Parts: sequence; C-alpha cells; structure tokens
Amino acid sequence: MTPVLQIDDLSVEFATSRGPVAAVRDLSFSIGEGETVALVGESGSGKSTAAMAILRLIASPPGRIANGHILFEGTDLLGLSQSDLRKVRGDRIGMIFQDPMMALNPVYTVARQIGEVLELHRGITGRAAMDEIVSLLRLVGVPAPETRAGQYPHNLSGGMRQRVMIAMALACKPKLLIADEPTTALDVTVQAQVMRLIEDLKSRLGMSVLLITHDLGVVSQSAHRVVVMYAGRKVEEGATREIFAKPRHPYTQGLLRAARRARANDGTLWEIRGTVPSPYAMPPGCSFAPRCDLAQESCATAMPDLIRMADRHEVRCFVAAKGAV
Amino acid sequence: MNDLAAFWSRFKTNRPAVAGLAILAAVLIMAAIGPALYTTDPFDMVGRPFQPPFGAYPLGTDVAGRDILAGILHGARISLMIGIMASLAATVFGVAVGAIAGYYGGWPDNLLMRLTDFFLTIPSFVLAVVLVAIFSPDIVTIVLAIAAVSWPSVARLARGEFIAHRQREYVLGCRALGMRDREIILFQIMPNALPPVVVVASLTVATAILTESGLSFLGLGDPNLVSWGYMIGVARTVLRSAWWMAAIPGLMILITVLAINLVGEGLNDALNPRLRQR
Repeated sequence: MTPVLQIDDLSVEFATSRGPVAAVRDLSFSIGEGETVALVGESGSGKSTAAMAILRLIASPPGRIANGHILFEGTDLLGLSQSDLRKVRGDRIGMIFQDPMMALNPVYTVARQIGEVLELHRGITGRAAMDEIVSLLRLVGVPAPETRAGQYPHNLSGGMRQRVMIAMALACKPKLLIADEPTTALDVTVQAQVMRLIEDLKSRLGMSVLLITHDLGVVSQSAHRVVVMYAGRKVEEGATREIFAKPRHPYTQGLLRAARRARANDGTLWEIRGTVPSPYAMPPGCSFAPRCDLAQESCATAMPDLIRMADRHEVRCFVAAKGAV
Repeated sequence: MNDLAAFWSRFKTNRPAVAGLAILAAVLIMAAIGPALYTTDPFDMVGRPFQPPFGAYPLGTDVAGRDILAGILHGARISLMIGIMASLAATVFGVAVGAIAGYYGGWPDNLLMRLTDFFLTIPSFVLAVVLVAIFSPDIVTIVLAIAAVSWPSVARLARGEFIAHRQREYVLGCRALGMRDREIILFQIMPNALPPVVVVASLTVATAILTESGLSFLGLGDPNLVSWGYMIGVARTVLRSAWWMAAIPGLMILITVLAINLVGEGLNDALNPRLRQR
C-alpha cells in the first residue's frame, strides 16, 4: 500500500546575510493511511519548517526547498504548478496552526471564513453553504452553531477558535491533516478536548494526521509513530510505544526524561544541558554531540547515518548503534 | 451593522470631529443644491463691478461684475469634486502600489518604493504646477496632477500595513486553504489594512482642495469652471481696495479644509485599533 504522504530527502534552506542556512536536512518519513505521525523536537529543530514545506508555504525568498520529493498520493507536490498546488491546499490537505487567536481573519464572521473554503474548493454557496457551515461547526463540537456562525473571531474563546480552525481545515474532507502545534496556545483543559476532537474526526473521516508538537504527553496519547528531529535532521523514528519504552538516541532519552519531570541529583528539574547549536556554527560531527553525555571521539568528527535498529525503528547515533545505550 | 453602530459611538465622543462633520455636511449640501436654488450663472456679468456685500447682491460683485454668491455656490461643487476625485485617484493608485510592494516584498517592493521616493523628493506643489503647465489646464489634468503628487504617502502607509499583515497567521492560513494571492490581497488583507488608509484619504481631500486653490490662484485652473481658488486669483490684484472679494472664498476654503481635518482626526481616533482600548 502506498503511503498517503512520503517525504524523501527533503532539505530546506534560508538565505541569510551570512550565506544559506539549512533548516531541514535530508528529512525522510512517510505517513500511511489513517495513521498519526508525530514530528517532535525543540524550538528550532526544523519541525515547523518541514510541515510548512509540505504545502510549499515557506516564504521565498528567503526560504528555498533545496532538495527532495514530497509525494502526496503518488504525485510530487514540489513539481506541481501554482494552480494545481492550490487545488491540493485546503482541499486534499488541511492545515491548522498554532495560534488560533491569529489564524482567523478578524474582520470576517466565522460563517464567511468557512464559507470561503466551501466556495473555493467545492463550489457551494448560499443556503447550501450555510447548512454545511452549521453542520461543520456541529461536527467540531461548537455549541449553538447557528449563533456562533454569525459571530466574529473576537467573540470566541481560544478553544472555540481552534475548533473553527479545525472546521475550516476539514471543510473539504481532506486526506491529510497537518496540525502545527494545535494545542500549544490553549489552556491545559482545552488541550485535551481539542486533541480528542482531532482523534475522533480522524477516525470518522478516515484522515491521516501529521502532528507537529513538543508536547510528549500529546504524542503518547495520539500518535502511532514518532519522528524526532534535532537541528534539522531526523535523529530517531519508531513506533510510539517503542520510542517511549525504549528510546535509543540520547536526545530522545533526554526529551523523555525532561517530559517526565525527572529530578537531577541536586533535586532541581532535570534538563538537557546547553542549547541547540546555532545554524551558523554547526559542529562538524553529530550536531547533538556537544550536549551529549555519551559522546565519544567519533561523534565530534563525523555525522552518524541513520541505522535501522528494529522493524521501522531508526536512530542516528554511533553509540546507540553499538547497542551501548 | 453592529460594527457601524460601534464605530459611530466611538466617533461621536470626539466633539470637534462631530462639529467638523456638521460643517462638512453643510458645505456638501450647499454644493449639491445651492446652484439649483440660486440660478445665477457665475460667469454672467450681472451688474456694476466692485459692489460690496449686502447690497444688490448678497455677497457683492467681483472685478468683472460677476455675482460672488453664485461663484461661491458653483465653486463649492468644483472645489469639493476636485478634492474628492483627486483623493480617490491617489488612494486607489497608492493602495495598489503599496499592496503589491508590501505583500510581495523583494524586487517589486524595491522598484515601487524607489519610484515612490522619487515622487516624494520633488516638492509636491511645484510638481503639480509643472504637470498642469505641460498639459492643458482642464479639470481632468488638474485632478490627475493633484493625484500624482498625493499618492506616494498613501503607498507608503499601505505598504507598511501589508507588510504587517502578510506575516500574520491568518494570511498563512488562507494560503494553506488554497487561496490565490489576488484574493488574499483584495479580500483578506485589504479590509484589515484599510482603516488607516481611510484616515489619510480624508486628509488628502483637504490638501487636494488647497492644491487646487493654489493652482487656480496661479492661473492654472480650468478656465471654464469657477472654483474658490480661481475667485481668489481674480481678486488678488484688488486686495487692498476690495478685500472681501478674496476673503469670502478664502474663508470657505478655510472652514472646509478645517472641517475635513477634524473629521479625519475623528476617523483616526475611531478606527485606530491602538487607541480603541482607551
């Protein structure tokens, strides 16, 4: 079975005054039918850039997709004309963004904004559109949808706005939903509701989901597989259960330890020491080596390749490859 | 409709702006129905020249014996029309330039903004004089000349608004939903970018009226139409013997421009989102 989305060797560069800087390097992963894949990593790891690259939303200039293929249902999105690409955006692939406060146009009502999508891709207008808008709002669990449809974004709470965003993304029953940190800007109580909603809609509409997040709690509950990114590269990929039970890469282990609120010896919260290296000054070897407690001599000189540890479990680490972790 | 009501409730708290609106409305009504009620042709020589006001003619006669009241009423139409048309043309062109420059950035931005800078470096009144002098002075060239010197500031403002909005997530959302750039510029960003532009457009009407008066004063007005500036131009040689001939149209220009500025300030206070929270 061909995957819904298959990304091969994707590299994204940004032109800066100090020359081109790679935000994503040689990233490959795929998402199967009905599958939820989580892309996790710290801020600056390139996970959002990768997600934006799928729909070619990287601002260019300064951004540029330098290399790679993005196969969606068998066609390479990078080879599509602008008009063909627009037919995919919003129709076959839906996307929701981090900040529901900012992602709705403040001057239009909810109904108008959902209606635009329906008109654009499905040619539905007038009464039929209004019926569809109300049923979409009901689908995403907005109470009193008839009333809410006529309101403006500033009349709605953050959770409600995120529901409206989801309704817009799902208006055309897309095959793939890209959720870029959908819960980061929401209250903890609302986060769970929104994630449950995405899960529920996924199974109802038969979608696949690409979930970009740094919240490992969310990942453990909803993702089938996890792709861990560090400094633009995939460092580990595997089934969620396996990653959580037996993380191989020292970075993944650190993330999990930090997420579980482990205590360091002095009683403070445990953290991964240091910060992500500047893209201008990437270490010559493994980009995680300067922060890694297990780093060896070889780590400082060469970038390890991805090594298959088990079925569909890959890791980019010399130490883990030897089975020493 | 709720938005309009909310806008009005903010606008009406600004007393000077409401007064300005009332004066402006009076001038507009005067321009609209005045010539119909007072049918004297402003170019007709109705009587002896140099008659003072409140005599045979309510506001007297000018150097050629033409009725000044007729001139004021007909001139109101021309002055306001030139002001509004020139402002409209400048706003449409300026917003178009600013929108393209701000939304796309890169070389279109550089090209358009250098062009804008070029116009900004030339003193605007001098440029207007040159443009009208090159082409024949009729109402169309006057409107276009005034628009040509007014659009750069609108373009600058619109560009800034578009730059601020193109980074916002809702614009990214629109692109992710498969909208065209054209749709995003016209229907998504434009309504958000327009409030400050409306304020500048209203103030441009005032400066356009002043520019037109200046052109007419220098004899570069449309010779077939009476405007307030033209009347001042006619009266300037007799300023010491018949001061009212210049003072009456001058006063009209003063109060009209003042009223428009007050309304513009009021619009600014009512539309500016940064002041809204006060």
